[in-house]
Order: sequence, then structure tokens, then C-alpha cells
Amino acid sequence: MEISRRSLLGSAALGTAAAALPLSRARAQAKPVIKIGVLNDQSGPYRDTGGLTSVECAKMAVAEFSAQMSGYTVEVLSADHQNKPDVGAGIARQWYDQGVDLILDVPNSGVALAVAGVAKEKNKVHVNSGAATSDLTGPACNGNIIQWTYDTWMLAQSTGGATVKAGGDTWYFITADYTFGHKLESDTTTLIKAAHGSVKGSSSYPFPGTTDFSSYLLQAQNSGAKVLGLANAGGDTINSIKQAKEFGLTMDIAALLMFITDVNALGLEVAQGLHLTESFYWDMNDRTRAFTKRLLPRSPDNYPNMDHAGVYASALHYMKTVNKMGVAAARADGKAAVAAMKALPTEDDCFGKGSIRADGRGMFHSYLFQVKKPSESKGKWDYYKLVQDSDPEHAWRPLADGHCPLIKS
Amino acid sequence: MLMVFGYNLGPILGQGVLGVVNGAFYALLSLGLAVIFGLLNIINFAHGALYMLGAVVAWFLLNYLGIGYWPSLFIAPVIVGAFGVLLERTMISKLYKLDHLYGLLLTFGIALIVEGLARNQFGSSGLPYSVPESLRGATRLGFMIMPTYRLWVVVASFVICITTWLVLEKTPIGATLRAATENAALVQSFGVNVPRLVMLTYGAGVALAALAGVMAAPVYSVNPNMGSDVIIVVFAVVVIGGMGSILGSILTGFGLGLLEGFTKFLYPEASGVVVFVLMIVVLLTRPAGLFGKAS
Repeated sequence: MEISRRSLLGSAALGTAAAALPLSRARAQAKPVIKIGVLNDQSGPYRDTGGLTSVECAKMAVAEFSAQMSGYTVEVLSADHQNKPDVGAGIARQWYDQGVDLILDVPNSGVALAVAGVAKEKNKVHVNSGAATSDLTGPACNGNIIQWTYDTWMLAQSTGGATVKAGGDTWYFITADYTFGHKLESDTTTLIKAAHGSVKGSSSYPFPGTTDFSSYLLQAQNSGAKVLGLANAGGDTINSIKQAKEFGLTMDIAALLMFITDVNALGLEVAQGLHLTESFYWDMNDRTRAFTKRLLPRSPDNYPNMDHAGVYASALHYMKTVNKMGVAAARADGKAAVAAMKALPTEDDCFGKGSIRADGRGMFHSYLFQVKKPSESKGKWDYYKLVQDSDPEHAWRPLADGHCPLIKS
Repeated sequence: MLMVFGYNLGPILGQGVLGVVNGAFYALLSLGLAVIFGLLNIINFAHGALYMLGAVVAWFLLNYLGIGYWPSLFIAPVIVGAFGVLLERTMISKLYKLDHLYGLLLTFGIALIVEGLARNQFGSSGLPYSVPESLRGATRLGFMIMPTYRLWVVVASFVICITTWLVLEKTPIGATLRAATENAALVQSFGVNVPRLVMLTYGAGVALAALAGVMAAPVYSVNPNMGSDVIIVVFAVVVIGGMGSILGSILTGFGLGLLEGFTKFLYPEASGVVVFVLMIVVLLTRPAGLFGKAS
């Protein structure tokens, strides 16, 4: 009834609308839409290290850049890969087929390696911020991907290197049993051996789904090693450290990958004194603080870590590249877009000035931090003391050591 | 040091002790599942979510009302048990006459909703819950350092399991309950309010899960995923022990904790599957489970 009444009453208005419709449609066609998909863990152990805060970072980058978009608009999508490579690759394939140009974040090295393959196959772009494996810029590198934020080599070098230097020359690893854990363990082992240290043993536990680490902690203690190397991340690292305290572990703990979100979950009482490495800290300088201040209304409970910052910065850098090369060219050829991203120096509030190397490695500073004592912390999320600042030349694996196929050719 | 099969005995003993701690949780959880299945014929997939809810309620009691661990051990199960009764009255009771599968699907859906809501609210890093003052510290067992709290978990779980078994097997209430599941109409004709009995049984089973959740909070921290991580193993425990067998689920719970503990020592990569390998073997050789009666 209502429809017929409305159509009767509004015949004049309808005429106007009909006249306006083709116009607005034509305008929408004239402005192409770039689609950015944020693909990460939104329900499992890596939800807080990436998750919805990463999605908000991408949206914020788009909102802030919108005034500078020349002749296009950007839409941000997001999905949960559940830490399953098959699920992640499936979503990536579907997204790319439906016109998504760029996939961001993708924590979990297993999923990231799968998505990197899909990006190449579809000739689209993937900038990784969440995954750690240094294989992404090594044997698995390709011309359609960039690894922005961190990797296992840089973590081993920074956190592992500092631990070895402090006298920790015998290690026992507790390792998440998938590509990330093993890569982090092997990169750190290389470094330990180069410093004439030794690895007394390691336990690889099933991932995901392990909550009790006591058994592995006991084995670590019995090994007689000085250092417990945690080659895991997120909720697993949190549980490992908590339980190590509970069982009175006397070893030094090297949490090889730890984010500020993990420190927050542990609490300073437990986390104090730990060393860890990130390439971004919200309280580093005026620009990082300004970025955080803008982000917090979008993510009130979760301060940004380096993964989140990487999503923001890489979205921004992609849009700058699109401006430079033109929308049509950027959308048509992912490989050309990635090449243009590598040619363009990076600059943003999170990482300052930087660049992207030929193998896809983002070249930024890496920072070794120590977690503050509760008495040293002055406010909310005031957790880190800077111990060491590695410049891009020294923070990352030398180009020649990565064996990236792009470099050979 | 004493060596067995080329292994130092100390670490093996240590793994055994840790295995029993995990086994204590398996036993507590599978006990509630067995009670619900044995007496109500409902495959309660929401059990893990309700276990998580127990821990969450304890966290709330502590952080918002200042109610500590000891009172929470009683209050949280009552609150979550009441929630269970609500679920039973409004939804689950409608499915008693249908195939098991319907109950399974319904409770699975409930679990997904409860866990999703919790994840939305609390994230996935987990909420810290401290060990109560009186159970802090650790005991030196010679071959390992054992946190006092975990010893308490083993003892408490054992006492609860045995008490539940005694109530169901050796008291008039238990006898009525068992009779009601055999022939509800007959028991009803004796003047027993069977629907109420069934409702309270479901509530009690849920309360057991919540109790396990409160006990787990200081060990594993309060995490929305804690239930889904453990529920599949607990189902395997129930299947291996024999669906609905109370004693079976208790013994199997502790036994599988031990088995898992030793696997973590000998070949940690397999610790996630060893329970299921055993389940397959048991299903092939004794389909009714180790302690179940073949129907």
C-alpha cells in the first residue's frame, strides 16, 4: 500500500530522481575504486597483535589520504583467516578476483607464504606487516610482495644478539610447530653458533591450541641451558612467560617476538626486565605519539604495535604510489605497482623516512627495548626503555644472504 | 641418577606430575559432560564455552566486586549453573525427543555465540587472574619445582570427582536420577518431578564446568578461547572412557593427562594428536569405550 501511495504522491520527485540517476551513475563510473583488503587473525591467538586494530589503521590511512586521492576512492575490506593457510589463500583468491588490489597485514607466516603465492599468480599486490618469516624476502620472495615491518632475522639479530652479548651462550628453544617458529629458531640458532654459543635442545609444540607450556619449561630447565628462547608469539608467548614465573624457572628468557600488546596482557609485574624488539613504539617521538593519538578513538582498548603501524604506513605508501603512477596503471599490473613502491622513498608518522629494498624488505630502524619496572612506568602503556637503535643498514639481513630469486636475475 | 630406558627418571617423573595436573582438568570437564550425556542424553558441545564462562565470571567477581578466589569457587558455578538452567528450560529441553544430533548442533551454536561475544568483549590475549595468596609459592619435589596452586588443583579435582561419583552411584538422589533416565514415565508416576530433576542435573553439570573454569583461571589466564582449545580433547576423553560412564571419564581424564605429558617429553610434536590416536584405537577395539557398557 505504502509503495503505491508513495509512487503516486512522488511522481514529480520521481521524475527528478530519474533524471539525476544516470548522472550520478556516470560519476561513480568515472571514479575508480581501489580496494584494500586487511586479512588477519580476528578470533585466535594473534587477534590483539593484529586484528581489528590493523583494520582501523588501514581505514585511518585512507581517511587521512582522501584529500590527496587523485581521481579515485578507496574501500577497505577485512576478513579473518583463522590462522589457516587454506582459508587465507581462499579469501585472497576470491578478493583478488573480485577486484581487490592490495592485501595488507596477514600475520601467521604459514598463511602469509600462501597469500604471497596467490598475489603473484593474480599479479596483484600484497604488503605484509604481520608475518615474521624472513623467507618472504628470501627464497619465497616475488615481485608482487613487500614485507614491511619486521622479520625473524631482524628479531634474532636484535633480541638474540643482545642476549648472547650479555653472556647467554647456551640456549633451549620452545618453538611453535609451524613455519614461523622454525624459521625464528633457525635464524636465532645461526646467530648463536656464529657467536660460538650452543643450542642444548628444543621442543616444538602443536600450534594453535597449546595453552599449557609447563612440560616444555621443565625440559628447558633440565637441559642446563642458560637462556630460554621463545620462538612463538601472541597468546603463546604470554602463557609461556607466565608459566615460567610460576614454575620458578631460573633461566634468562629471550622472548624473540613480542609486541607491546603482549606486554600489556602480561602486566609489568611479570614482564619487567624482558628484552624485545619492535620497529615501532607509540611513545618514540612526536610523530608516533601524534599517530597514536589519532588512532586511539578508533581502537580505545588496544594501543598500536609495530604490526598495526606497518598496516597504516604501507596503506599510505601504496596510495602515494597510485597517485604517482596513475590508478589505471597501478590496478592493471601488481608487479609494476610493487616496483614503483620500491622506487619511491617511504615517509610516514610511524617509521619516519625509509625505503623498500629490491627484495621487498622494508628498510627501517629496529629498536631493542627493555620492559620497564612497574615503578618506572608513568602512565597507561608506558612500558619500554630504549636500549639500542639499529639503523636500517644493520637491522636487516644483507641482501645477498637472503637468496631471493629476484636478486639473482 | 636413576635411569630408565636410557632416560633420566627425574624429568619423566616431572612430566608425569604435570600430566596429572592437566588430567585433573580433563577429568573435571569430562565428568560434567558424562553426567549430562549419561543422564540427559545431550551431547553438550557448549561445555567448553561454559567452562570459559566460569573463569570470566570469576574474573568479573574479582575485578568489579572485589570477591576473591575462594568465594568465587562457589559463586561462579552457581551463576553459570543458573545460566545453564535457563538454556535448558528455554532451548535444550525442546530437543529431548529428537535425535542426539539436534542437541549437539544447538549446543555447538550456543558455544560459538558465547565465545564470539566473549572475544568481542575481551580480545584474545587473555585477562590476568592471580593465584590466591594462600596458594602462592612452590614446593620443591626434588626432581622439579611444583607450584602449590597446581597441587591444589589435582587434590581438589580428585575430591570433586569422587564426590560426584559417590552421589550418583551411592545415594537415593543418584538412584532416582538414574531411574529417571531409564524410564522417565515410570519414575514420574511415583511422584517425582522428572523435568525439574533433569533441569537441575543439567545445571549441576554446567556448574561443574564453571568450577573447572574458576580453577583454571589462575593457571591459564582467562581467555575466550580456553574452552574451544580443550573441548575436543575432553570429548575424546568421554568417548574413550565410554559415553556417559562417570567413573570412566574420571579415570580416563587423569590417564590421558599422563599419556599427553609423556608424549610432550618424548615427541612433543605428537602431543596434540596422541589422544585422538588412542581414541581411534579404542573405538575400533571397544566401540563402547573402556568403561562403557555395550548397548
